[in-house]
Amino acid sequence: MEKGTREYTLWSIGILIVLFFALMPILWIVSLSLKTPATITEGTTFWDRFIPQDITFENYESLFTGGISESPFIAPLINSILIAIIATSIAIVLAAFAAYAIARLNFPGKAMILAGALAIAMFPPISTVGPLFDMWRTLGLYDTYPGLIIPYLTFSLPLAIYTLVAFFREIPWDLEHAAQVDGATPYQAFRKVIIPLAAPGVFTAAILVFIFCWNDFLFAISLTSSDASRTVPAALAFFTGESQFTQPTGNIAAAAVIVTVPIIIFVLFFQRRIVAGLTAGAVKG
Amino acid sequence: MSEITMNGITKRYSDGFEAVRDFDLDIEDGEFMILVGPSGCGKSTALRMIAGLEDITEGELRIGDTVVNQMAPKDRDIAMVFQNYALYPHMSVRENIAFPLKLAGVDQSTIDSKIGEVAKVLDLEPHLDRKPANLSGGQRQRVAMGRAIVRDPKAFLMDEPLSNLDAKLRVQMRTEVARLQSELGTTTVYVTHDQTEAMTLGDRVAVMRAGLLQQVGTPAELYENPANLFVAGFIGSPAMNFMPGRIEGDRLSLPVGEVPVPDSARGGGERQLIAGLRPETFEDAALAGDDRDRGVTFSAKVDLVESMGSEKYAYFSLGSEGVHSKELEELAADAGLEEIPGGGDQVVARLDAASEIKRGAEAELWVDTTKLHLFDPESGESLTSG
Repeated sequence: MEKGTREYTLWSIGILIVLFFALMPILWIVSLSLKTPATITEGTTFWDRFIPQDITFENYESLFTGGISESPFIAPLINSILIAIIATSIAIVLAAFAAYAIARLNFPGKAMILAGALAIAMFPPISTVGPLFDMWRTLGLYDTYPGLIIPYLTFSLPLAIYTLVAFFREIPWDLEHAAQVDGATPYQAFRKVIIPLAAPGVFTAAILVFIFCWNDFLFAISLTSSDASRTVPAALAFFTGESQFTQPTGNIAAAAVIVTVPIIIFVLFFQRRIVAGLTAGAVKG
Repeated sequence: MSEITMNGITKRYSDGFEAVRDFDLDIEDGEFMILVGPSGCGKSTALRMIAGLEDITEGELRIGDTVVNQMAPKDRDIAMVFQNYALYPHMSVRENIAFPLKLAGVDQSTIDSKIGEVAKVLDLEPHLDRKPANLSGGQRQRVAMGRAIVRDPKAFLMDEPLSNLDAKLRVQMRTEVARLQSELGTTTVYVTHDQTEAMTLGDRVAVMRAGLLQQVGTPAELYENPANLFVAGFIGSPAMNFMPGRIEGDRLSLPVGEVPVPDSARGGGERQLIAGLRPETFEDAALAGDDRDRGVTFSAKVDLVESMGSEKYAYFSLGSEGVHSKELEELAADAGLEEIPGGGDQVVARLDAASEIKRGAEAELWVDTTKLHLFDPESGESLTSG
């Protein structure tokens, strides 16, 4: 089928072009991370600049030398991982309970809660940074894990709640009734029937919250002052080069590559679990 | 003992709407009780109140000797089969059936043996490890029933379980349900809007309308002695024919002819009544034979003849002004007939297959007026039923 193969090749070329365009910044950063400080700006043509002349891994090595106390990167990396995981876990649990109530029950103030959540999500985070800085210093939360986790929860919960409400609404109510008649307490029905069916929604919300916490720069830079709780995006801003006049471009690029990897793993892992149509066959029609 | 007693059960919503009103019903142990009625009559609500999925506003519900108004569904030891099956889609058939047993803390070996029994009875053995998404409608239905049976509960509650199946499968499953119930001997409350299912399955049938119980009795009782216009028009297919009747003196004049006033309707003076005659009380006058004297003969222009093979249905009008009553309008609305013109005074007669009555022709018909039902046009109450 000539027409078929021609269409196929044209589509492939088109997709490759788009992919290249989209991935270019990332590939460029990978290439930067593999260059020595001296060769960062070398090269005249695009390809000379894109492909490193001497590939070196010393940028990566220097990030990890010195162990936790000396290395500029290990402590922030651990902070990022822990804070993102803790914030995601708490957010998912709270959002699941809230979304279940909103999807299933009719209680006074329900509309206000939803509107309030939406309003919070639309609120510009930057306008909260000043007051938070003051409040946290007074409360002793400055430069601590909770100091970052709380604002992360505030701004990611609305999104998580809305995602989960949409998923919970898709689950037929009769399934919980069947579970209740079968002998389950409401909590058992929730845990054994609803949550497995809402798994796609739970993982979607988890991915969204994790990415938000992991990539956040604003709160990290404003509410931390030391490696006690500084996360990677903020730590990158404090990298120092060989001398006062050189930018540690290679190091920053290497750190960026390392920081992107967990996200990719996280999303790939959970993406497999987002299987739509999980509730097919439960009820008729 | 697992009889179910409902005393004055009422369900009132916060806006004042009463889905079920002052409902009294005594269901005996092992009985197959059917709740039947048009959409919105409150039968599903009544069932869900027995299950505990709806709160009871007023009245008392007993299962056995215990008052269970406040008891959670899981403690009532009843099993429910839902209209849309409500199978757990993330579990296999085996796990679906095992779910209630697992919740009850039964040990694994008992669970396995019970599942084996149920699968055998319901012919589910080849499907035990499949997921509901891969099953046909009838198979899912059986899994839903299996999940209910495996618990050996005090009562089965079934909410229109067959209404999502195609016609042939429905007939087949109907006999399955009847067979299962008589084998297991468990008290069963079955909700349906299909009066054929009600008549064929039930030991007793309770007809509901707008939240009120109209009549409860065996299918035969409801058919032969309907208590009011609604029950008379609801039970029986094709439905009973209604026509206006006028009592003048000692004669009752109907569009089909004049008959003596039945004893039960005497003593009211001159008045209008609604008369009901079931299709099978009619016959082709040529075939009426020796029973002629019991009824009256009349002629009518036949609009349509439907030949079913075993019998014929003839549709004709009597030229009367038709009958109007709330109950009949509701029945027509439920059957979707309200938009059809001329449906008001059309009569359907069931004739012997040998009849030669043709469509469009003037035909001589006979009707057995000893089987006449008379109803008060205001209240709908039957005057002729015992």
